[in-house]
Amino acid sequence: MKIDLTETTSSKINAALVQARRDIGTPAIGMVLTLVIVTDEENAYDALKSANDASHEHPSRIVVVIKRVSRSARSRRDARLDAEVRVGADAGTGETVVLRLHGELVDHAQSVVLPLLLPDAPVVVWWPDGAPSDLAGDPLGALGQRRISDTYACENPQQALGQRAAAYAPGDTDLSWTRITPWRSMLAAALDQQSVKVASVVVEGEDENPSCELLAMWLADRLQVPVRRTISAGPGLTSVRLETKDGDIVLDRADGALATLCMPGQPDRAVALKRRDTAELLAEELRRLDPDNTFEAALKFGVAKLAAEGSAAPAPAETEAAPAAAEAPAAKPAAKPAKKASAK
Amino acid sequence: MSVNGANPLRDAQDRRLPRIAGPSGLVIFGVTGDLSRKKLMPAIYDLANRGLLPPGFSLIGFARREWEHEDFAQEVYEAVKQHSRTPFREEVWQQLVQGCRFVQGDFDDDAAFETLKSTIDDLDKAQGTGGNFAFYLSVPPKFFPKVVQQLKNHGLAQKEGSWRRAVIEKPFGHDLKSAEELNKVVHEVFPRDEVFRIDHYLGKETVQNILALRFANTMFEPIWNRSYVDHVQITMAEDIGIGGRAGYYDGIGAARDVIQNHLLQLLALTAMEEPGSFHPKALVAEKLKVLTAVELPEDLGKHTVRGQYSAAWQGGEKVVGYLEEDGIDPKSKTDTYAAIRLEINNRRWAGVPFYLRTGKRLGRRVTEIAVVFKRAPYLPFESGATEELGQNALVIRVQPDEGITVRFGSKVPGTSMEVRDVTMDFAYGESFTESSPEAYERLILDVLLGDANLFPRHQEVELSWNILDPIEEYWDKHGKPAQYPAGTWGPIEADEMLARDGRSWRRP
Repeated sequence: MKIDLTETTSSKINAALVQARRDIGTPAIGMVLTLVIVTDEENAYDALKSANDASHEHPSRIVVVIKRVSRSARSRRDARLDAEVRVGADAGTGETVVLRLHGELVDHAQSVVLPLLLPDAPVVVWWPDGAPSDLAGDPLGALGQRRISDTYACENPQQALGQRAAAYAPGDTDLSWTRITPWRSMLAAALDQQSVKVASVVVEGEDENPSCELLAMWLADRLQVPVRRTISAGPGLTSVRLETKDGDIVLDRADGALATLCMPGQPDRAVALKRRDTAELLAEELRRLDPDNTFEAALKFGVAKLAAEGSAAPAPAETEAAPAAAEAPAAKPAAKPAKKASAK
Repeated sequence: MSVNGANPLRDAQDRRLPRIAGPSGLVIFGVTGDLSRKKLMPAIYDLANRGLLPPGFSLIGFARREWEHEDFAQEVYEAVKQHSRTPFREEVWQQLVQGCRFVQGDFDDDAAFETLKSTIDDLDKAQGTGGNFAFYLSVPPKFFPKVVQQLKNHGLAQKEGSWRRAVIEKPFGHDLKSAEELNKVVHEVFPRDEVFRIDHYLGKETVQNILALRFANTMFEPIWNRSYVDHVQITMAEDIGIGGRAGYYDGIGAARDVIQNHLLQLLALTAMEEPGSFHPKALVAEKLKVLTAVELPEDLGKHTVRGQYSAAWQGGEKVVGYLEEDGIDPKSKTDTYAAIRLEINNRRWAGVPFYLRTGKRLGRRVTEIAVVFKRAPYLPFESGATEELGQNALVIRVQPDEGITVRFGSKVPGTSMEVRDVTMDFAYGESFTESSPEAYERLILDVLLGDANLFPRHQEVELSWNILDPIEEYWDKHGKPAQYPAGTWGPIEADEMLARDGRSWRRP
């Protein structure tokens, strides 16, 4: 069921939620978290759809915060809150509140959201697009214990990664990191099977895909070896090559779905590595709500790396990861210079 | 995760990375059977789909049917398409089909086992399975000795530098003696730790949640004892009859089929003390302790009941009685319903009866554990105000609607003070989703990982028979099963059995 409220307040929205639940005859709340989606009119539909799908695994109250653009001085002065309350079949397995903020209220969204959080349940804030540079410092971000951004959607993903690293607070995470979990688990499984020392690594993927950088940084951080990042046409990540003295361990995915795992002394094997949709990524993200230390380590490793490239990313003093840049192979002339990762 | 603990890409803090089984394969005997088609093959696909199987995972089917590898792959394909839980994805199938093989033969056929051996060797080369294979015996137990012996004779049961495991399904014998024999046969060939007994109940999320509920929380354990608990009812009801299983079922009956394994396992998990850790050894030690402490009632006639369903209307359908089923001896004394009372002799549970019941053709399909608490010692309300108030209860709903229900008294809105029972429901979070893993998925993965936590050990099986055998003997010698109309909650005698103790069955 759906209730429209115009020129409303949080307490009226709360009353509408209770009323809606009573009307459909299921007053019990079985929801496990509040998911706050901060977005604009353009992305709201897709984001909400993904969140509703994810709510099948994680029944949640979804609060969509849509900041409306004011095009005149008058409308900027005029603060107004409209809301749409959806309960039951219209809202996945939980409840959905779509908030539209007008005028001055745009800058005070947290005042609207705070009263709508489920009591004593975790809060997750997700920016499908246009995340603030400091997630935890953002007034809405401060409400959440888990803050999800997506650097893939940024204009300049590499630079955005630098920003994330500089402003990292425990609880931050990024869907570009979530995207590579299957790759990471397959690579870990490959090294389970063959305990050889990896000498160096090449990560290949499309340009402007921060997942490639994150995977490269994770490998560099864990293996403590030089990691090169090279560019291919995609889609997404295309291959990872772990170079060992016995030969290369290669995980190669040309078509974005079925990969081949090649290991020295073993037959080549097919591995399903499909690119996942946003709902699946979000569901994985909501499974664990504690800080992701592995992400932090990988992300922070990259700050030094990006700084070594001379990019504009702010770099905190990370001297221990002294950049001893490994040479990118001349055989890979790409339109843009190949990104280099390096380890001590 | 295989041998290598020093994998630099593994980190205990990195909890996104799932447990992926090491290089391995699975051999299914009796691959043309229902279980294999409806549960095992789909579970394997679902595991692959979730990225939990190692690259190169191989599946060998062994059966009498004259199939080529392609026919087998086609069969797997159809089973997966029809029964898998997760959506069908071509690339996952492509990964899986590369390792599908079929070996045709009888269990007596030495040549077939030689073929099996060479198939395994080939797969080690072509798929990199590393010699690690689990043998799933999805065949009637009378074939177990034959198959394990053949595996031994052909050098398949053990291999230097890799593991070989045996997976067996219930029934684990039909009494203590036969169970011991079976264990002996299997353990002669496979080391104890490499034998996995499947009790699919233990793979269910809700059953694992019993441990979480009890040992991760503080609010339940303090009242989880004789001071507060009045009694416990463990129910597993089915609404179906014996279907096509007459040959297996007649002579076995409900108690042997269900109480011996599923219900006694649920009892052990509900009543056991806190294990020192979740190491399989620690867990099994606690389960054994509690099963050893189980005591039968002195008068078995008064505190056990068995029954047979009779023809009646059930849920809008007319169904036949047990004795009229195809292939059943009209004089059969096999129980399709069994209810027993057990006590546990330890400090925590002394004097608290555990009522176990199971049956076919009951009101509806449900499995639950109900912990029923004592009444409040004193009620400061006017007489009449609490007339409607029952006993508090905590119910763990194992299936189908997985979750937990708490029942307690609450004031009825209005001016007068009147207290009535209300229930508070927790629907198990995972069960909301289509993607709640099937028990078989979890169990097959655990076999490949070598994690024995969710599998009953041979001592547990033997102890359970120890509990059930005297009851079966008593039933053999005394009387015959009570009749109950199909679609009801069992015979009157079962109600009388609880009434003697001043209690009544919950309607689940």
